Amino acid sequence: MDENRKPSKGIGLHARRVIAYIVLILLTFLCLIWFYILIINATRTHGALQKGFTPIPSTNLINNWKSMLHSPQPIVRGMLNSLIVAGSSAILCVYFSSMTAYAIHAYEFKMRKFMFTFILMIMTIPTQVSALGFIQLIRKMGLDDTHLPLIIPAIAAPVTFFYMKQYMDSTLPLSLIEAARIDGAGEFRIFNTMVMPLMKPAIAVQAIFSFVASWNNYFTPALILHTDTKKTLPILIAELRSADFLKFDMGSVYMTIAFSIFPVIIVYVVLSKHIVGGMTLGGVKG
Amino acid sequence: MEKKKKSNVVKYNRWGYIFLIPFTIVFIVFQLIPLISTFWNSFFENYRSGLTQIGPNFIAFDNFKKVFSSGEIWMYAKNTLIMWILGFVPQIFFSLLLGAWFSDKRLNIKGAGFFKTVIYMPNLIMASAFAMLFFTLFSDSGPINSILVNMGILSKPFSFFSSIWATRGLVGFMNFVMWFGNTTLLLMAGMLGIDPSLYEAAEVDGATSTQKFFRITLPILKPILVYVVITSLIGGLQMFDVPNVLTGTNGDPVRSSMTLIMYLNNQLYSKNYGLGGAISVFLFFITAILSFIVFKASNEKEVK
Repeated sequence: MDENRKPSKGIGLHARRVIAYIVLILLTFLCLIWFYILIINATRTHGALQKGFTPIPSTNLINNWKSMLHSPQPIVRGMLNSLIVAGSSAILCVYFSSMTAYAIHAYEFKMRKFMFTFILMIMTIPTQVSALGFIQLIRKMGLDDTHLPLIIPAIAAPVTFFYMKQYMDSTLPLSLIEAARIDGAGEFRIFNTMVMPLMKPAIAVQAIFSFVASWNNYFTPALILHTDTKKTLPILIAELRSADFLKFDMGSVYMTIAFSIFPVIIVYVVLSKHIVGGMTLGGVKG
Repeated sequence: MEKKKKSNVVKYNRWGYIFLIPFTIVFIVFQLIPLISTFWNSFFENYRSGLTQIGPNFIAFDNFKKVFSSGEIWMYAKNTLIMWILGFVPQIFFSLLLGAWFSDKRLNIKGAGFFKTVIYMPNLIMASAFAMLFFTLFSDSGPINSILVNMGILSKPFSFFSSIWATRGLVGFMNFVMWFGNTTLLLMAGMLGIDPSLYEAAEVDGATSTQKFFRITLPILKPILVYVVITSLIGGLQMFDVPNVLTGTNGDPVRSSMTLIMYLNNQLYSKNYGLGGAISVFLFFITAILSFIVFKASNEKEVK
């Protein structure tokens, strides 16, 4: 590809376009081939999988589904747990991040500048570096092996806050709030009935992002959850990779992986326009 | 009128504090206190030896001495850095290329929306499931080996997970696949923000697309590039899910794929809180330094 960059004096627009399409198609292949193999393998029997790979789907999909349901790991339960944790985190995250952003956006108070800078500064602190203190605290609070410690911290999400603040800067004029006050609405009501509906596009994007982040999260849940029936999907998936891996029914293993990946892919394909657009909106400014 | 508005705002100011309460409380309880107590832990001898609990006894900086003198942490830092570079180099290369192509109006790529959707998708995939998928695909009897043998490229299956560089390479490759779409979108947005008249002027002067890229695009993009490199490095330091699942928590072969967070995770699992604290503090300061650079870089961007 470097060749096309350097002597590009000689290379016309047409040639550059051809090269661009070839590279794009190769990268598309690189992104999708894994999921294609995954789907194919999820339809094949353990025996057939051991014999080698074929690109043609087989007929064992339903059997693999059944054997996944009856595997020693509570996969369906895991998915429910993941849904509960990711769903509640997403709701708390967008609601309270909007509230925090609104506080900084709409009011003039002494701590305002400080709080804004402070939240920006803590934005990049990874959760891992305080994980030690976190699990000790959770144990002391008696919340070990429950879903709450995975949900409640979503209230303080600096990245979502920052996105919401940016969005308010561009779409929420203070005169609008002023007008609502003149109509006699209380501050809390203004936030809930006027600001939140106006924030819908931003809320949708951030709800998806925080849902996916929580859905995919492996590090913290693996430290907090110990009972099999409470574990979320990433933990169960990681457990597949154990010493007796070779004894597993591979059809069922592929099915399990597919089961945890495809819900997100489907949601993504349906909403991709908003997600791809929203991602850039927040990212550039960050 | 202006005055009246202001006094109105003052009247409602306390609501600013009220709306900040949930964030502040949750931040203090679930992030600040844990962070402080992690620091606190790093000064204490506190671990389990078999069934007996040792400590906690105050030992000042002995945990740090132990961590840094054993050399393990440097080895894991090196592993993390190597795997980050293996993923980041192709990532930034293709992201710049794609970003330039997507934002080039003369090139006018058809189906850009489709390509963007596809390349961003791996970013949303559960990393642990993606790693598990790669583990099965690249296992000794997995489909990749079967394809390579059938095509005659290999005479017998290659054991990817017994080779240091194959394992590291796979981790780097997965990071590349998962993140290059994200980086492309970031860079592209930056490129679209560049004033088109600059390019038009360059074209009038007879500049080639290569010259335009190196003389206009790259210099203007510098703050965003700094941002991308450093945030990616911060993310790279947190590398955990992929190598942990791919290598089964021990970073095999011979711990050559063990990352810093995997090291920390292992200390947490064995309730080795003293050492775990010291590692956390180390990671905190590295991240803080890197974040400071990002902060500076993005402030520069605003001033411009």
